[in-house]
Amino acid sequence: MTLQPHTVNGPSPAHSTLRASHSDERVPLEIHDLTVAYHKKPVLWGIDLTVPKGKLVGIVGPNGAGKSTLIKAVMGLIPLSSGWVKIFGEPYKKNLVRVGYVPQRESVDWDFPVSVMDVVLMGRYGRLGLVKRPSRQDRDVARECLDKVKMLPFANRQIANLSGGQQQRVFLARALAQESDLYFMDEPFGGVDAATETAIITLLHELKNRGKTLLVVHHDLPTARNYFDMLLLLNMRVVAFGRTEEVFTYELLQTTYGGRLTILSEVAHAVGQREA
Amino acid sequence: MNYHSRFTIHHSSFWWLLLLFLPLTAYADKIGDVSDTSMLEQAVRFFTFRDPAVRYALIGSILLGISCGLLGSFIVVRKMALVGDALSHAVLPGVALGFLWSIAKNPLSPKDPLVIFIGATIAGLVGTTVVGLIKQTTRLKEDTALGMVLAAFFSVGICLVTMIQRLPTGNKSGLDKFLFGQAAAISASDVTLMTIVTVLAVVIITVFYKEFLVTSFDAGFARASGFPAQLIHHALMLLLAFAVVIALQAVGVVLVSAMLIIPAAAAYLLTDRMSRMLLLSAVFGMAAGSAGAFLSFLGNNLPTGPFMVLGATAVFILAFLLGPRHGVVVRWWRQRSRAKRVQRENSLKSIYHVWEAREFKGEGVSLSELAERRRETIEEAKSQATELSRYHLATLHEDGNMIFLTPEGWQRACSIVRNHRLWELYLTNAAQIAADHVHEDAEKIEHVLGEEVVRQLERRLDYATKDPHGRLIPSLSDVRKGTAPSARPEESIGYGRRL
Repeated sequence: MTLQPHTVNGPSPAHSTLRASHSDERVPLEIHDLTVAYHKKPVLWGIDLTVPKGKLVGIVGPNGAGKSTLIKAVMGLIPLSSGWVKIFGEPYKKNLVRVGYVPQRESVDWDFPVSVMDVVLMGRYGRLGLVKRPSRQDRDVARECLDKVKMLPFANRQIANLSGGQQQRVFLARALAQESDLYFMDEPFGGVDAATETAIITLLHELKNRGKTLLVVHHDLPTARNYFDMLLLLNMRVVAFGRTEEVFTYELLQTTYGGRLTILSEVAHAVGQREA
Repeated sequence: MNYHSRFTIHHSSFWWLLLLFLPLTAYADKIGDVSDTSMLEQAVRFFTFRDPAVRYALIGSILLGISCGLLGSFIVVRKMALVGDALSHAVLPGVALGFLWSIAKNPLSPKDPLVIFIGATIAGLVGTTVVGLIKQTTRLKEDTALGMVLAAFFSVGICLVTMIQRLPTGNKSGLDKFLFGQAAAISASDVTLMTIVTVLAVVIITVFYKEFLVTSFDAGFARASGFPAQLIHHALMLLLAFAVVIALQAVGVVLVSAMLIIPAAAAYLLTDRMSRMLLLSAVFGMAAGSAGAFLSFLGNNLPTGPFMVLGATAVFILAFLLGPRHGVVVRWWRQRSRAKRVQRENSLKSIYHVWEAREFKGEGVSLSELAERRRETIEEAKSQATELSRYHLATLHEDGNMIFLTPEGWQRACSIVRNHRLWELYLTNAAQIAADHVHEDAEKIEHVLGEEVVRQLERRLDYATKDPHGRLIPSLSDVRKGTAPSARPEESIGYGRRL
């Protein structure tokens, strides 16, 4: 079964107000037979995935496993070769405002002439749609979100003067300002300091407890075990998807990382820690 | 008149410039051309706006400055400066073909701005499409594709222009002015077209500011939020093509990309908000445009493009040197004052050391002691002492031999020594660095440690009293006393530590 590649033609007029997450019993994310190819070379093969509501899901796999590609494909940022994606039972375009996104920190130019506040306000843009400007309420929401990541004192700074951890918090605040029900985060722990890492994981758990569903691309195996409710082991295809304690096994991780020795020793260490 | 006197001085250099542009000025026989008037008369003509050619030239230059400034800002922050360059060169064949078309339509007045506008815009868009195609279908990267398209299209354009000039009607066409620009050749219908494009650019950028901002900063996020990033990109490219084409007549194909990039680059140095950058860039573009038009007019219709670009470059140099935050002069000044502060603090530290060696006996320190300690001449020590007294950190005794620290001077001296010794101790204790390796590092760090950090250090070192070399570490209470220990004989340095 094939579906036309996603094309995003402006925001959806529906869902201008935030729907309470718990009132919706539909599945947040359903992926069926998704295949993505770059220059005719497949990077993701026949992905099937159903993510239940209110879970913090880690996406784990070696470099080039297609982790970022998966979340970009789901959001329609790259065309699908085949398969379909449903967000709360509908195509992505219909549920734009219910999806929040934290791209990789390196994907933007941090010398860009905008303030921290400007960036967080961009989280409100999806709700505003075309032309409409952010209102006072939008600014209030943005300020609240900045406060949640402890970046409010930096609101009027230019983004160039921030540390890596602070930049990541700004991106997180922007995602919070989206007030979505389903979040995709591309390596939110990449290159951040220990204090920020703790702050971020606390925040992610808080979001989960409020009924949000989060899919997080993660690089570090040992912490993956402690951070996430569920793990998606990915290497061009779904190696395993399930509760962390069921999936985080030596055999499955070995299949995922396929004989890469350095990583295997890391896995052995992580598994050893778990069994100790 | 002011302008007159200034420019007569440089009259000879103006003639040199004229010689440089001789091949072009030979054609400068259009409207507003008055070859025998003096510069004063020209300046008067310019500022009285009597001449409609002057009015059109000035209004046109201002309009192109605004539209190029606004669109250039987006080009700069999107790192597309080369795209502007390629686009502007790619329009030349379109200009020539548009010209041929208007000759065919009406051989008597062959310059129909709208036809040329359409031809140039189409050529520019074809050029950028070709760049995109090369990028998609081959392994070549964008910069290579841009370089090729720029050169190829420009060559085609030059061939066409040369051919047209050999036609009987082409000779007096003024088509050559599209190369280096001639503001005086701007006609009333040109101005109409320029106004339409500029208003269009201002309105679209104002209305869709949010969309332009988010797609420029983070295209992936913008698309995920439902904004048609690709469409917005194409809209921007179209506006850019319009801005380039209306600027052609005045700036010329060769230099028009400079009017996109330079004002925006100057604005980028001066502010870190996009909205302010747009505003500044438009103002700089306006200033450069009108200055270029004026100077060109003054030099009897020299090509306008180079003068506008030189105007913009002058603005950029000013921003580069004098920018309040990132300007070279400001940075130099900040560095210099920091270096002087470090020097003062080092003098204070030396005074402390000399005094400490005497167990803080006596009221002050003599110049010769200080000079000896710092391995300097007496004169150098004296100039240091004078510097300290200028900042009320010390007083110099009347006969000029003794230095006394003021309460403020004592506090600074004491806290520098305290920073230094605590840091040395921290490096040897916590970082396991040998005691004879820590001095150099402490010499630098002592000037930048804040009070809060120092107190944390002290706490972590469990309020140790001696540094790795066995000298006493002054406590916070020693610093706060504000008087040298000679005035409080019952106490010694390092006493009253746990304040």
